[in-house]
Amino acid sequence: MTSKKLTPEEIVDSFKKEFKTKITDARIEKFTQGSKKTEMTHIWMKTDPSIIKDITKHLMTLQKYPHFAVSSGYDTEKTIDIVYHFSIYYGKRGEEISLNFTVSLPKTKPEIDTISDLIPGALIAEQEKQEMLGIKVKNIPQDRRSFISDDFPKDVYPWRKDETGPKKMVRNLHEAKK
Amino acid sequence: MSAKATTKTTYQIPIGPIHPALKEPVKFEFEIDGERIVDVDVTLGHVHRAIEWTGMHRNPIQILYLAERICGICSYCHPMAFSLAVERIAGIEVPERANYLRVIHAELERICSHVLWAGVAAHEIGFDSVLFLTWQIREEALDLTEYLTGNRVTKAITMIGGVRRDITSDMLPRIKKSLDYLKDNFAKLKKVYLEDKTFKMRSQGCGILTKENALKLCACGPTTRASGVKKDVRLDQPYFAFDDLDFDYVTPDVLTGEVNGDVYDRIIVRLLEVRQSIDLIEQCIDKMPEGEIVSEPKLAKLLATLKKAKGEGIGRMEAPRGEVFHYVKLNENEYPYSWKVRAPTYSNILPWIPMLKGEQIADIPIVAASTDPCMSCTNRVAIIKEGNKYELNKEQLHRLSVEKTRRLMR
Repeated sequence: MTSKKLTPEEIVDSFKKEFKTKITDARIEKFTQGSKKTEMTHIWMKTDPSIIKDITKHLMTLQKYPHFAVSSGYDTEKTIDIVYHFSIYYGKRGEEISLNFTVSLPKTKPEIDTISDLIPGALIAEQEKQEMLGIKVKNIPQDRRSFISDDFPKDVYPWRKDETGPKKMVRNLHEAKK
Repeated sequence: MSAKATTKTTYQIPIGPIHPALKEPVKFEFEIDGERIVDVDVTLGHVHRAIEWTGMHRNPIQILYLAERICGICSYCHPMAFSLAVERIAGIEVPERANYLRVIHAELERICSHVLWAGVAAHEIGFDSVLFLTWQIREEALDLTEYLTGNRVTKAITMIGGVRRDITSDMLPRIKKSLDYLKDNFAKLKKVYLEDKTFKMRSQGCGILTKENALKLCACGPTTRASGVKKDVRLDQPYFAFDDLDFDYVTPDVLTGEVNGDVYDRIIVRLLEVRQSIDLIEQCIDKMPEGEIVSEPKLAKLLATLKKAKGEGIGRMEAPRGEVFHYVKLNENEYPYSWKVRAPTYSNILPWIPMLKGEQIADIPIVAASTDPCMSCTNRVAIIKEGNKYELNKEQLHRLSVEKTRRLMR
């Protein structure tokens, strides 16, 4: 862990300095909770998919072991967006800062590097994104399904909203013939 | 069978998808050398119910009731974490009294969950009299839950912007009675779990998770705190009214002065957290201000506001088992555009691997149970050794564990 803790603004600046134009749309969200009104921070950044590994490395210079909660993902019309949720500076009351990095992967080539080699705890989240959204995580240490059973069709991705989604497999009860 | 195969020194035991130590399905594949575990592989997803997909076809208030059914024990944390995310997107201010009420329900759930776990852990090592003792204590906590929410398990107390029921002053004596009962019995529990020779023999030095592994694998909740990592969302990033309350991280060195990261340490952390939760509920009752309990009591109006909301947000909460994490994206529509649920066990699965390596078969139930997994259990174990297939059912595996306890007691 580095000796000095950065403020949320300094964290965003350090990322912008390091990755320049590859970081777009940085947003700091602050809110308070409880009567003491301690300020909590969530940082949101949109980044280029090619630098996800470097971002993780940069985070590790801020804190040796950043906490990786999970990654979320959703299907927009042309891209698949993955949001990586990290937090740093845990262990001291009210000082933790959440960082969320969104990457947009084009549907024509939805590929991203693994971060499991840096943070082993990210493995299940990466496997889940592969099977739910049909992206390809390059160099993932264990390439297999984690949640969907093996007999589930290979080209159906449950979280997709396009033709590869599970629409054909869903039957509403009122439509089913008795 | 070729000669080569018979000289093989290790053999595999698949455990699961149905197992006695875990009350929901998960599958382990163990590589065993004699009695010792050499390698472990975990397979999940046997109860995937597509809840997130279903949620994308429900409005936010309907999702509260769906989220409540993700887990029976954390039936409060999931809808609450979802509400936190939605409140942040829509900019809904929660009244102060509601924040205190939210803490009370959260801590009561923690007591129920930890005491239940303590009973399961006792059962795993063959101490069934303690199982009945703990569940008797849990009964009082459940009665209190029923008194406060109207339900024992699926509480239906959450509402976006507050809670659905108030605690009035005439209810306080009944709450105090239950808290006193829990406090009196806590001393008994502490003595049984932390001083009993058999418990110590089975849990000390067993299922070790080092601090480094806990950090690398992003473990959360009591599992990581027992390895000496100070990670607790209630303190790290206080939500509800936790910022106003007086408490601190629970790590095993508070009691013993050292951190080993073994099963015993995980018992210490959970037990001390039960005491802490009782204390937090008392603090809340003392400090609770008067006022509204929900920001918008008219549901139709609330739904109309949420329909106009746009943006993304995260809700994090310290559930009994660790950090529960919800990501929500609203898109000016009736239904959310995206919803991701991450339960604490999701992060506590990979730490099982270093915990179980090097342990004995008889330790599998207690080590697996020690992270308080919220997934599932093995009913049958098949051992394939040199081409012959043996099957161990739930009772036999449990018996192995009990026999080990008896052996140690001699």
